[in-house]
Amino acid sequence: MDGALPLPAPLRSASLSLAGEGEGLPFPEGRGTAPEAQGEGGAQSRASYALHLGDDALILGQRLSEWCGHAPALEIDLSLANLALDLVGQATSFLAHAAALQGQGDADALAFHRDVLDFTNCLLVEQPNGDFAQTIVRQFLFSTWQHLLYQRLATSTDPTLAAIAAKGVKEVAYHAEVSADWVIRLGDGTPGSAARMAAALDWHWRFVDELFAPADPALVAAGIAVDAPALRPAWDARVAAVLAEANLATPAARRAVTGGRRGHHSEHLGHLLAVMQHLPRSYPGAVW
Amino acid sequence: MGARSRRRARGQTCGAQSGVKDWPLWEVFLRARGGLSHRHVGSVHAPDAELAVRHARDTYTRRSEGVSLWVVPSAAIVASDPGQAAQLFDPADDKVYRHPTFYTIPDGIGHI
Amino acid sequence: MYTTELSKPAPTNVVPIAEDPARLAAFEARVAADDFVEPRDWMPEAYRRTLVRQISQHAHSEIVGMLPEGNWITRAPSLRRKAILLAKVQDECGHGLYLYCAAETLGVSRDDLTQAMLSGKAKYSTIFNYPTLTWADMGAIGWLVDGAAIMNQVPLQRTSFGPYARAMVKICKEESFHQRQGYEIMMALASGTKAQKRMAQDALNRWWWPAIMMFGPPDANSPNTAQSMRWRIKRDTNDDLRQKFIDVTVPQAEAIGLTIPDPDLVFDEATGHYRYGAIDWEEFYAVVRGEGPVAKERLAAKNKAWDEGAWVREAAAAHAAKRAARKAA
Repeated sequence: MDGALPLPAPLRSASLSLAGEGEGLPFPEGRGTAPEAQGEGGAQSRASYALHLGDDALILGQRLSEWCGHAPALEIDLSLANLALDLVGQATSFLAHAAALQGQGDADALAFHRDVLDFTNCLLVEQPNGDFAQTIVRQFLFSTWQHLLYQRLATSTDPTLAAIAAKGVKEVAYHAEVSADWVIRLGDGTPGSAARMAAALDWHWRFVDELFAPADPALVAAGIAVDAPALRPAWDARVAAVLAEANLATPAARRAVTGGRRGHHSEHLGHLLAVMQHLPRSYPGAVW
Repeated sequence: MGARSRRRARGQTCGAQSGVKDWPLWEVFLRARGGLSHRHVGSVHAPDAELAVRHARDTYTRRSEGVSLWVVPSAAIVASDPGQAAQLFDPADDKVYRHPTFYTIPDGIGHI
Repeated sequence: MYTTELSKPAPTNVVPIAEDPARLAAFEARVAADDFVEPRDWMPEAYRRTLVRQISQHAHSEIVGMLPEGNWITRAPSLRRKAILLAKVQDECGHGLYLYCAAETLGVSRDDLTQAMLSGKAKYSTIFNYPTLTWADMGAIGWLVDGAAIMNQVPLQRTSFGPYARAMVKICKEESFHQRQGYEIMMALASGTKAQKRMAQDALNRWWWPAIMMFGPPDANSPNTAQSMRWRIKRDTNDDLRQKFIDVTVPQAEAIGLTIPDPDLVFDEATGHYRYGAIDWEEFYAVVRGEGPVAKERLAAKNKAWDEGAWVREAAAAHAAKRAARKAA
């Protein structure tokens, strides 16, 4: 596993990273020159790309699973479990592909035996569930992006990525719709629900910019990876439209908090992984 | 509509917290595949039609059971009175001449 | 399994209402002829009450039953197991929904049923008041608890009340995956490392007796049982179902090298059935009374979820009302 996964950029840390200052955010290797899309370095870069797609889905799926049996209504319990199941499925596919590209391990090995520095999910998905407003805002911001992403990824020149995205795009289209619907209901519901929604948006807004960090330029040029920054205008438009209908103000621009793609996470991820990985780590070699 | 509509008309609060009482009941109909009719499969609670469709989808189609959903407010369903079943349905029983098998057509004659 | 027996020693049949003898006789004849009773048909008050109690207890069981297994989704030891457990628990939620809907056709509201459960007034199956201590409990629950539930539910597919029967058909279709995934977990553990084998046997040791208690105390002589069976609300006696369950389950345990924790268990060649040890009915009644190991925790969790979710339900209703008003304007 060592060496096959993205190394954290040595001189950067999450709190120092600034968005909107013209530098953009470093791609996973944190190197100055873009590696080739083909060859050893290229396979590593492609593996990293598949890995972060898998990590996003896995961590968010894990968060949603925490709601099981505790949702505000039975119908909502069903709905959240449905989202979680879709995401766990996507994670499994992407992680399996990453393992294959690395030539070692499998999806489970990646899910259960990496520590925080090697996880490359965005910070948004590891935020705690909080109340239902927090959960639904996190979902809405993420799924709206994920839908745009998968639409483009479905035409990736990597056939496996394209296939996963083609199947997943129907799922995430539904996720985006369901979460947008709840944003509107809760934003334009009671004064109390509106206040909770405003607080939730305020909490999560600083994690948005990380979603649009550019991927490895060689992968984008080869048509393997999606040009993430190019998704921003459509995302902005969609989110603005939904928030307007929800009678919610779009949060003011603010300093982005990043680092997830480089393995520098919030304090939450360690606790999440401790729970998620406990059994395989406690019983090495066991098959379940 | 009997007990259910009487209960709805009362409009009282059950317990201190709001429940799903403001989420009325909807009956769900599902078409299994193209060419078949919608069949009644159960009900869901939802505050409005849009959410009712989503809840119905999550509750009744997890195993690819269908291609189309209808949701109808339960209160909108008008049912025949079971007490009147005899008058409504029995008279059809002895009108056997409505069925083709009642008629004897000799074998040699085709297309009839 | 979800019968009025769970409410002992509280009175189960309140003041018997004097039903119109002609209608009652016609009703009894229909039910005896294997016909179905539908929501708006005439039915004796005792029939309606028994059904509401039985169906709602069954529904509460599905919903509370999400908690012991939901406890392990975030710790499932592989992605496949995580997905399977999520799907199973999601199914339980769906089953609860089908059953609440069936109960509502009898003129009760889901809210009233929910309040009864949250307050502790309404009962649910005793089994869910036991804690899930290890991953192996996921195997034991799927194998034994769902197995017992299936034993009870299959005959109920022809119960007399239409909506309940149809809910049972749907549930039975989904339930067999539940039992298989549980047994598959046990198989993997029983053929795994020493630590895993120990985990599996330990889970069986803790879940066996509560599982066979699920069927309820012997009721062959209970007057309520006789009436419920005549009305096809109950199809088999508790002891019959329990015996069937034990007979099929013991070989399943033996097949994977696990030992049923009953020193008195022995196969009787003469009858072709397993004889089993004495059940501690004191434990069963204590759990029914609300003194199960994690009974308080289960109810506390459901109450917390309900209370913390109130603002969501209110907001959704408020929004729907606003939308309707705008449309009308």
